[in-house]
Amino acid sequence: MNACTIASRRRTVLAMLLLGLAAAVGAGCSRQPAFKLQSISGLLPALQFHLTDDNGRPVTAQDYRGDVVLLYFGYTHCPDVCPTTLAMLARAIKALGPAASQVRVLFVSVDPQRDSAALLKRYVGYFGPQFVGLRGNDRALKPLAKRYRISYHLDPPDQYGNYAVEHSSAVFIFDQKGRARLLADESGNAASISADLARLLQAD
Amino acid sequence: MLGLSRAFGASVASGISAFLPYLTPWDFSPTVVLVCAVTAILYIRGLAAVRQRGVHPGFWRPFSFLLGLALIYGVLQTYFDFLSQHMFWIHRLQHLVLHHLAPFLMVIALPGPILRAGIPRRWRGAEKALWHRAGIRQVMALLQNPLMAGFLFVGLIYFWLIPAIHFTAMLDADRYRLMNWSMAVDGVLFWWLMLTPRSAQGSAAVAYGPRVTVLVVTGFLQLFLGFYFVIQKTTLFTVYGVCGRAWAISPLVDQQIGGCITWIPPAMMSLLGVLVVIHHALHDQERSPVKSQSSSTAAAAAAR
Repeated sequence: MNACTIASRRRTVLAMLLLGLAAAVGAGCSRQPAFKLQSISGLLPALQFHLTDDNGRPVTAQDYRGDVVLLYFGYTHCPDVCPTTLAMLARAIKALGPAASQVRVLFVSVDPQRDSAALLKRYVGYFGPQFVGLRGNDRALKPLAKRYRISYHLDPPDQYGNYAVEHSSAVFIFDQKGRARLLADESGNAASISADLARLLQAD
Repeated sequence: MLGLSRAFGASVASGISAFLPYLTPWDFSPTVVLVCAVTAILYIRGLAAVRQRGVHPGFWRPFSFLLGLALIYGVLQTYFDFLSQHMFWIHRLQHLVLHHLAPFLMVIALPGPILRAGIPRRWRGAEKALWHRAGIRQVMALLQNPLMAGFLFVGLIYFWLIPAIHFTAMLDADRYRLMNWSMAVDGVLFWWLMLTPRSAQGSAAVAYGPRVTVLVVTGFLQLFLGFYFVIQKTTLFTVYGVCGRAWAISPLVDQQIGGCITWIPPAMMSLLGVLVVIHHALHDQERSPVKSQSSSTAAAAAAR
């Protein structure tokens, strides 16, 4: 092999690398974002968990297949982020009209010590019939948090034993087959969430 | 006495068990464990082999190499990885180790001959043949082109810090692994090209002048990026808020500390790299006059 063919081969390798890069960039641009919310299709795994619902019954993700599921981590003593986010989701779901019955909001407590099933049931009841409170021990909760790459931890308690819990702000939205599709957080607005939920329901 | 030692033993045991959760992998990766273990075994075998031949690499070289390797393992396969996923500045620290500090420590120890000596005899031929394969040689020639190496080194930092790309890399486990691997592998390639003396780099060795240029330019490009993060008034990387930070800290403070880590230590390491290159250049010069002297005496002897 002489120097000339080596050089031309090297040029071919370089050209192929550049072409690949261009193709990757092009593919990224041509895919129009069909949804208003951030897409997480293919980024996070399908919905899966083993927890207890606010009636004290053991439930899994399978029990919610067929519904569009919104997964949110929080706690009932949460002073600001949780109630605002849940109220926003309630508005978005109400705007769906009759289709609202095919949506479930799973509110997973990151403070199961204080959030009993009864307390959870009363709390989520404020927001609507689509809201379900879920709880579980560390062995159930930790794998779920890891699966969706969220973190939570308890702040040290004050003199009265009250404590805050630091947690994620993400609302993970799954389609009726349980696939992770969209991501919302407290900075979103009810109208765009509602529009995207309607699109997910239509796609079925 | 017995009671005391028993109490001491118990406290040590409880101390270890208290730390154990922090030392176990957050996301266990067989690949990382295997690569680190194989590298460590090759190096230690190689050390024994060269010692038998009467070559003593001293204390600092093996220490530096194994420390770098341990750092890579540590930031990927302990609780540190969890913190890196949930705090921007710790993520920057993780990449500082993977892309700069650990490869620098490993490469500066000139581990090539020792690693090669550690390869079992029956695989040595295969190892040699591997480097002579046309495909491998072409890829290496492309990667070890100084312009390409500098472009890749800074380009990877910029690429993974494009906010939209960063968002998906922190959510998707596969992209996250790809990101960390790309940082570590490119770190080793880059610093090897920059810091290994020409005499140990073979025929494709890069001259010292271009190396200094690449180090200075890449240093400045990293400095700009870090500075840009520090002066931002809004959060660029929202994924840490969405997924929850490891502990309560203002998102902007997190970003500013992360910016400082992207800016100052890499710039200092580029400078350190330049000093190493200058050292090699001077060392080579010291050697070459001897060579020319001996050749001139040889010429004189021939003339006589």
